[in-house]
Amino acid sequence: MQNTSINFKRQVTIKLADVRLQNALSRLQTRFVGGRSAVIGEINDLQETRTAAAAIRDLVLNDLEHWLLHFEQQATARGAVVHWAETGDDVNRIVADIAAQYGVRTAAKSKSMVSEECGLNDALEQVGVKVMETDLGEYILQLAHEAPSHIVAPVVHKNKEEIADLFAEKHRKPRTTDIAELCREAREILRPTFINADMGISGANFLVAETGSVLIVTNEGNGRLVTTLPRVHVAITGIEKVVPTLEDVTTLLRLLSRSATGQSITNYVSVLTGKKDHADHDGPEHFHIILLDNGRSSLLGSEMQEMLRCIRCGACMNHCPVYQNIGGHAYGWVYPGPMGSILTPLLGGLEAAPDLPNASTLCGACAVVCPVKIPLPDLLRKLRQRQMDRGMKSWQETLMLKAWAWLALHPMIYALTTKIGVRLMCLMGGKEKLLHTLPGARGWSDGRDFPVPAGLTFRELYQQGKHQ
Amino acid sequence: MNARDNILGKIRNAQVRTNAQAAATGLHTETINRHLAQHPRGPQPVPPDNLLACFKERALKLSSDVLQAADYLEVPTLLMHYLSEKKLPARGVCWPSLAELPWSAAGLDIQSRPANDQDLLGVTGAFCAIAETGTLMMLSGTETPATTSLLPETHVAVLDPCRIVATMEDAWDLMRKEYKQPPRAVNFISGPSRTADIEQTVTLGAHGPYRVLVILVPFAEITNDAR
Repeated sequence: MQNTSINFKRQVTIKLADVRLQNALSRLQTRFVGGRSAVIGEINDLQETRTAAAAIRDLVLNDLEHWLLHFEQQATARGAVVHWAETGDDVNRIVADIAAQYGVRTAAKSKSMVSEECGLNDALEQVGVKVMETDLGEYILQLAHEAPSHIVAPVVHKNKEEIADLFAEKHRKPRTTDIAELCREAREILRPTFINADMGISGANFLVAETGSVLIVTNEGNGRLVTTLPRVHVAITGIEKVVPTLEDVTTLLRLLSRSATGQSITNYVSVLTGKKDHADHDGPEHFHIILLDNGRSSLLGSEMQEMLRCIRCGACMNHCPVYQNIGGHAYGWVYPGPMGSILTPLLGGLEAAPDLPNASTLCGACAVVCPVKIPLPDLLRKLRQRQMDRGMKSWQETLMLKAWAWLALHPMIYALTTKIGVRLMCLMGGKEKLLHTLPGARGWSDGRDFPVPAGLTFRELYQQGKHQ
Repeated sequence: MNARDNILGKIRNAQVRTNAQAAATGLHTETINRHLAQHPRGPQPVPPDNLLACFKERALKLSSDVLQAADYLEVPTLLMHYLSEKKLPARGVCWPSLAELPWSAAGLDIQSRPANDQDLLGVTGAFCAIAETGTLMMLSGTETPATTSLLPETHVAVLDPCRIVATMEDAWDLMRKEYKQPPRAVNFISGPSRTADIEQTVTLGAHGPYRVLVILVPFAEITNDAR
């Protein structure tokens, strides 16, 4: 998928004015934020479980080579073929080769954010393989030629009226806005796709090193269908998704679905190991697993390594006041919200996404809900620091920060400046004690007034208190 | 092969110091192998007082239906009653281990074969069930085709209450005890398939079954053959 994060500010203006999007985003908050808080308490000791989950991820990341090799060995022993891809283009080439090898004409695909990174669907269409998205949300987006705007609920930005219009046009059936009817319509249209597809393409939520298994969590059942019916199954995922044992993955599962959708467990958890036995009636004859790097390895051993703990639950974006107001498309790539504001610059270059590390109020909600305890605000702050170090900030911002740093290092002058500043603001505020405009912060004061300070600086008040 | 070497090389270089430190203490590979051998559990939920009651409560919460049969001979009558109440066709397929149940005596037409796209009812056993989440654990195999619980609109699972365990960790232990390695597919099923993709409104029956009925049968040796 093309990275358009460079247009972030322009996109934000458009998204804030989009009434339909704003309504859709408020629904997301009710369902996902409310849903999570309703079930997260089911976990006996949440903090202990989060700590354990983070430790499992760190255990793997600190020794990724070993765990990847162990996974590869176990998966291969069960008849899977493991491929390694450095870039998204490599993934596309490998899948196209597999398709050619087995004479694949049609592929049924379950939701995979990693495949969105690669732009896999377009690449396969170019070599003559017809790809059908089967996750309901992704199917709707494929019909509408749009990109997902959320990693768990990809079509959150559309309402049922828009979907009804789209279905009526593409399916040539009477228009309905009944959600259950829309779901049944998609089911009936897509069933033959599963039955006839030569190849099933899926992601992987986890790779289990102990058994060489690919683990997929789904609700709709399309993940099960695409990994059971077609004669070829290709699973695509990032190199960081390895987990040591079945017990470890169970700890992560307890947190994943509760954090993501507010479910105690997703409808289906499928642990897929190797290809079908000769006597079996179902299952793929060929099982290929593609492990994508795409810049992930550059995070290892760096101050950003904690980002690789991410299990893609989406809780950080659901709880983010910035995401809640602008939606996912504004971020310009596959991953939105706080995790995306870190991953997009790290995987696609800080120069291509200069606004994202700053698209956060650092309120800390994301870090509080993150099931694997990623210190997201700290990582955002480190990215801002990098921008400063590399001279990527505007001269105004650099000058302001330098001036502030100089003031902070000269306490006497600092005291004098704030003293004058406070009194000046009081004077400007007049009887109302409100400032209608702030020089240099027009964007902020356009929407609200700034109440003037109390009249004395903190240090003056502190001194007074001391003498009383 | 180049991509593999390049990626592993990058990982090795990034972590050269961490690993050197670990190797110096002599704990490196040992720790990893011990972790794999012992597969330690994470923090566990409080065990329920009554596994069966807990399973039932959680399964109902996830929109599964639960019925209790006195013995396995009663399963067809119960199922027939369930189907006619919901005005569903009395025709479908089952796992081979359930072929001998008196289906036709209850007015049901049940064939022993894997399900295809046209079948509306699939009857299976289950490897075990998990009380914590009201979940069925299915192991794929020649005698336990995965399609039977997936393609039909109604999935019926016959379950021996003795096979209800507390947690998923217990289920893994049971699998390790009875099998050398996991089968091609382990499927955990927690109620009918669903989607909330349109306006975050939960709708039952996405691509998998619209309804899941669990029939509890004490000492149902007949279903355990399929394990």
